[in-house]
Amino acid sequence: MRFLLVEDNSDLALSVQKRLSLDGHGVDWAASLADAEDHLAAASYDLILLDIMLPDGDGRDFLASHRRAQRDTPVIVMTARSAVSDRGALLDTGADDYVTKPFDFEELEARVRAVLRRRSGVSQTRMTFADLTFDPLGATVSFAHETRELRSRELRLFEVLISAPDRIFSKGQLCDRLFSASEAVTDNAIEVYVGRLRKKLEGSGAKIETVRGVGYRLTAA
Amino acid sequence: MKRVVNQSISIRRRLLLQLLLVAILLSGLLYLSVRTVADSAVERTQDSILGAATIAIAEELRGGEEGVAVDIPYTAFSMLGSIGQDRVFYRITIGDETVTGYDELALPTEPLNGLTPLFYDDAYRGLLVRAAAVERSVLVNGKALPVRVIVAQTRTSQETIVASLAERAALLGIGFFVIAVGLSLLTARLVVKPVSSLVEAVGRRGPQDLRPVQRPVPRELVPLVTALNGFMSRLSVALSRTETFIAEAAHHIRTPLATLRAQAEIALRQTENEEARQTIRSMIRSVDTSARSAGQMLEHAAVVFRSDQRADEQIDLSLLVEDITESYEPSAEMKGVRLVCLPHAQDITVDADRILLEAALRNLIDNAIKYTPKDGLVEVSVISADGFARLEVKDSGRGLFGAQAAQLTGRFQRGANVEDVVGSGLGLTIVKEVARSLNGRFEIVEREEGGTCAALYVPLRSR
Repeated sequence: MRFLLVEDNSDLALSVQKRLSLDGHGVDWAASLADAEDHLAAASYDLILLDIMLPDGDGRDFLASHRRAQRDTPVIVMTARSAVSDRGALLDTGADDYVTKPFDFEELEARVRAVLRRRSGVSQTRMTFADLTFDPLGATVSFAHETRELRSRELRLFEVLISAPDRIFSKGQLCDRLFSASEAVTDNAIEVYVGRLRKKLEGSGAKIETVRGVGYRLTAA
Repeated sequence: MKRVVNQSISIRRRLLLQLLLVAILLSGLLYLSVRTVADSAVERTQDSILGAATIAIAEELRGGEEGVAVDIPYTAFSMLGSIGQDRVFYRITIGDETVTGYDELALPTEPLNGLTPLFYDDAYRGLLVRAAAVERSVLVNGKALPVRVIVAQTRTSQETIVASLAERAALLGIGFFVIAVGLSLLTARLVVKPVSSLVEAVGRRGPQDLRPVQRPVPRELVPLVTALNGFMSRLSVALSRTETFIAEAAHHIRTPLATLRAQAEIALRQTENEEARQTIRSMIRSVDTSARSAGQMLEHAAVVFRSDQRADEQIDLSLLVEDITESYEPSAEMKGVRLVCLPHAQDITVDADRILLEAALRNLIDNAIKYTPKDGLVEVSVISADGFARLEVKDSGRGLFGAQAAQLTGRFQRGANVEDVVGSGLGLTIVKEVARSLNGRFEIVEREEGGTCAALYVPLRSR
């Protein structure tokens, strides 16, 4: 997905950019509202991540004019304020959702997914592998006239695996995508979800293969 | 709000007291002056009749060879008698010698001046009488003798008249007093009215309304209103400074923490070593803990600050609950917890501060999700019961481990079984604070089937 990150603190912006790119997202960074306008004029984005306190104005004003101009790129606001006083006001100005700094990237991703699902209802980008069709927003995988629903972590696991078929992912890599970084888990926790996902894929033309001592990969059966 | 002002005597009462005092004095004065005037008028009238009778007798005196003859004109007495049941006495003397009449009637002590009557009070046979005396020279044997005529009359009828006049004077005084009391009450109310209308105007304001008072007030109240406006503008500055402080503190704490967390996550991604990964994870948990603590402390401050100046509005709880629950769906999804908002039978409306209610509900849902393991269930519902709306958050989590509500709602108190979950120990403190501020209550119990049930009660909107 392609994000526009509007944030004036360069340390934070660079790390968010890098962190999101690790998940395969493209992130453009705008350090001010004017900068953001330039980016929006030049390219289209799936989602805008917007800070509130910016050097050349208030993010909420930007949000309001963004909505007035009938631009419908979803916006998730990153707020540093205590949620008490801001939440209602933010959603009223047209933000689709908000995260409170410091935010968990897995949570951010979950919110992005929810916003996109709410917006379009169906995924624009279905993925296929072997005889499988995967709808990430609808959280379903279909094959041979059969559609199976994926629960949250199964979905994310499958998303990672199908993004690069035949590539081997280590338990650690998968774990990072499935669990919040603050959760007290060991990398072996991934095994449960691999097991569940295998059941969901039974009967299809794809399977999850264990590469002993290294990790897992999605291959054609 | 508690009353902390010492009450001194009210202006109205003091004014009323003074006006009544004046009214009493004036009424008394009125009574006395009416009586004095009436008394003297009655006496003058009586005297002039008495004097006329005396003169009439004196004019009938005739001298002669042997003495003085008098033909008492009884019309004179009938004139006197017409007034009432009074008795009349007379005495005619030549020098000090009685010629005719009641010789016990006292003679005047002062010299007489011809036919101009001299009036005086006297007691005759134990009766109070009013007497008039005149003197006339009568020729007897060619010699002029001073003849004195004294007529006295008892005072019964005069006293009757005076008494009836006094009664009227008293009625007049009382009437005056009653009218004065009415006017005093009216005046006192009119004088206090600008004060009470000012009080009403200020009291009607919402808690956030710190605009200066601009209504016209009497000149005497201008200094008070000026002082009030000055105080309100200082308060308003202080409040906005507090809010700015809370916002800025949050910004300056949270932004670097966000950077740190993002970088730690990047480091986690780039590390394969299991031991290092655990270290980074615990580092991220620490970041979350400090961010959470800072956030909750600021939220707690904001809630306490807001409790004192609630901005109540009519809130449909069912909608609020749906909104907030929906906003937690991504968090729940991430943890693999099912978050459900149970359907509600009817509209449940309360008068409350939206921000306080939201803060409480978010803390309850957040807690429930945090302490519920994957594949668990969190149910949010709202029902009305006994004049209260009951906001309930049930989870299938780890329960309370026997901890009591009082322990859990203390500042920085956490349950005994929560070491592994990021928390600040302020969440339930905030909920309790909100319950207190909204005149409701908060309960948290362990469910029999496992998990926890937390309930916030808020008084229903009175119809």
